[in-house]
Amino acid sequence: MWDESSPRAVNGRAPDVFRPGAWVPMREYPEDKAVDFAIVGTGAGGGTLACKLAEHGFSVVAFDAGPYWRPLEDFASDETHQSKLYWTDKRIVDGDNPLQLGANNSGKSVGGSTVHFAMVSLRFRPEWFKSRSKLGYAVDWPLDWREMWRYYSEVEQALKVSGPLRYPWGPARPRYPYRPHELNAAALVLAEGAEALGIDWTPTPLATLSAPRGLAHPCVYRGMCVIGCSTNAKQSVLVTWLPRALEAGAEIRDLAMVGSIEHDTAGLATGVHYQREGRWHFQRARNVVVAGYAIETPRLLLNSASARFPDGLANSSGLVGKNLMVQSNQAVWGVMDREIRSYKGPPSLAITEHWNYADDGKDFHGGYCYMSQGPLPIVWGTTQASKRGLWGQDLLNAMENYNHQVGLKIVGETLPQERNCVTLSDERDQYGLRIPRVTYAFCDNDKRLIAHSLRFMRQALEAVDAHDIWDEDDDTCHLNGTARMGDDPSSSVVNADCRCWDIPNLWICDGSVFPTVGGVNPSLTIEAIACRTADRIKAMARRGELSRS
Amino acid sequence: MTERYPGYNVLNKRNSVSWNEQTRAVIDARTGIDPDFHRFCDEAEWKALRALCDQIIPQPADRTVKVPLAAMIDQKLYSGKGDGYRDARLPEQDKAWRLGLAAIDTEAVAACEKPFSDLSNDQRRWLLCRIQRGQVSSEAWQDLSPATFFAKRLLHDIVSAYYAHPASWSEIGFGGPAGPRGYVRMNFDRRDPWEAAEASPGREDRARRENERVG
Ligand SMILES: Cc1cc2nc3c(=O)[nH]c(=O)nc-3n(C[C@H](O)[C@H](O)[C@H](O)COP(=O)(O)OP(=O)(O)OC[C@H]3O[C@@H](n4cnc5c(N)ncnc54)[C@H](O)[C@@H]3O)c2cc1C
Ligand code: SF4
Repeated sequence: MWDESSPRAVNGRAPDVFRPGAWVPMREYPEDKAVDFAIVGTGAGGGTLACKLAEHGFSVVAFDAGPYWRPLEDFASDETHQSKLYWTDKRIVDGDNPLQLGANNSGKSVGGSTVHFAMVSLRFRPEWFKSRSKLGYAVDWPLDWREMWRYYSEVEQALKVSGPLRYPWGPARPRYPYRPHELNAAALVLAEGAEALGIDWTPTPLATLSAPRGLAHPCVYRGMCVIGCSTNAKQSVLVTWLPRALEAGAEIRDLAMVGSIEHDTAGLATGVHYQREGRWHFQRARNVVVAGYAIETPRLLLNSASARFPDGLANSSGLVGKNLMVQSNQAVWGVMDREIRSYKGPPSLAITEHWNYADDGKDFHGGYCYMSQGPLPIVWGTTQASKRGLWGQDLLNAMENYNHQVGLKIVGETLPQERNCVTLSDERDQYGLRIPRVTYAFCDNDKRLIAHSLRFMRQALEAVDAHDIWDEDDDTCHLNGTARMGDDPSSSVVNADCRCWDIPNLWICDGSVFPTVGGVNPSLTIEAIACRTADRIKAMARRGELSRS
Repeated sequence: MTERYPGYNVLNKRNSVSWNEQTRAVIDARTGIDPDFHRFCDEAEWKALRALCDQIIPQPADRTVKVPLAAMIDQKLYSGKGDGYRDARLPEQDKAWRLGLAAIDTEAVAACEKPFSDLSNDQRRWLLCRIQRGQVSSEAWQDLSPATFFAKRLLHDIVSAYYAHPASWSEIGFGGPAGPRGYVRMNFDRRDPWEAAEASPGREDRARRENERVG
């Protein structure tokens, strides 16, 4: 197996992700000649944007600190081994609710966290783009939901999302490109519970194939999605947007860690310093895009502080790194008499968004959805041990019920709070860069939402005669915020086009720009924003509104 | 207790289409770990770690080849590969483990005048319960919080090692590696012929026969 120590995307070619051992041609750009866009990160935000900008005719080099995998030959069916997909560089966590990072929420691979994401592909509820004016909490986005609705459709097509014929909530949406997947028993438990409580449910829209697509086969229900899909059914950025990006002339530099962004005396970005094969390099660029996800993005901006920008780049508002939002990820678990075997199939085949769309009967702002679950043994064992404190024979007894356990788990909205933040520690990582300190605490509203969800999901499990029911009350998932978009330079870092207020040729295009998170998984929205940003950049370029350095 | 999945051995699928080459290489390396090999722990730490693993995961007495938990943890600590985040209340994992193992021995000596590995099972359990609840206070912990170390480091690492091993998968009836074959039967009470058969009371023999055909 490839030992991931030296880059693969070199000498005019990149790995062909669809064929073991094969290559596809890749254009390369010299470092000393400015490219139109240097993009830091190739995940949901950066990878999508790289594709769209290249297709619009711009010269693009996209950097990723992680390796360039060929899933068919590099991925094993093994939880421990596949930790090679996770961002496991040093980070410090603190606050009242210290976050679990690594496996749980950040990837370090070409394709970003989508290489090991769970493929749940949901649209925001339209009102969330104006949650202050329409729902009375947090802040408004500078985006209009109708425009986003069109970009969501573009992304759903690009990923051939499989979904139900009729989606029970929100305004009409086009039919999902591919048919829904068959439900596993864990999903049927969710459905039975929802029906017993009189609320709607649906097969989850998922970015994994329910029919063949080009060289990729349909999902085989092996259930190992969150450790990487070794069959290529999963429609990650690695196998969707990036092959298109290469074909359109983008260059991807793998195992290339960007350490800082350089600027000139006029305060415009001039390129990026990056480490590859143990040496520092400099790539000149007319525009720089940061898309490293909600921890690495603010870290890079802060680590790029200079005499002119002593508090870090794009930080005149003081908000870089602030308003970090996770999503609450609490669960209720129980044991069924029937065999469930939830390790089969994608982990979250059924969902209810009832509490995202219902506004009555809530003692909190925001919403949550909940989905069926399929934890693999290590995740399940450590959940029993660290969340319930089980060990010894008690643990082994509980684990014996593995094939009978069921769970319902939320993706819940948390409110933006400035005290939840990413700052720099004095410790340094293997590249010599200061490492991030991530501080997090739930607020009272977040706690009320969690309590509501746990009560409700317990009823749903009781309604299907689950027994030995218990609450897992402290998990979180996803990372957003830390460089929010807005209409006002004093209260946001970028504008609606993901363009920094302070430095007009610096852009941020990833989960960091979310002003609020809503109660759905974020990647479809991140990719839709990236598509919109690319179109806006094209329009601005045509009007001569891009800066030249 | 009777076995839930009599005769089921996930390794019987090793040569089937449920495993790809990459998976075979990874699992072979893991099942080939020498249970006595250690490079991170010194002798005292090694004894304490082994005793601790026996307590957290009491493996069935009739299991001929035990999961080499202590050696797996020693290997992880020696490699320095972390989880990608460190709770600000804990030092780096290698330092936390060294401190923690020494402190557990110190507590054992203080309470029973013997190192942890020489305690009886009851004494070990008693001491671990106190550590889990934070009811110990020897100086040896320095600034390590005993309860945090127990939950976030000790349990996390030992339990992760155990459920990374095929023996544990056979025990809980997990299908194990599943690429490229995957699964077909997803509904309640349905199993593919290459999944573990669960014994219902009185029908253990039938499950055993089915499990012998898994491959
Ligand atoms: C286990 C798991 C399950 C998930 N399930 C879902 C789901 O079902 N649905 C959903 O919508 N979302 C899901 N998510 C979340 C989703 O994957 C992320 O929200 C999304 O990928 C974030 O996009 P991004 O572009 O902001 O960052 P990422 O996709 O993480 O991409 C960032 C990339 O930037 C690179 N990078 C960072 N800093 C640097 C630097 N300085 N130099 C070079 N490269 C750098 C990283 O290596 C990484 O590849 C899941 C995440 C995880 C971990
Ligand atoms: S269940 Fe489907 S999407 Fe998930 S890893 Fe398996 S084949 Fe890939």
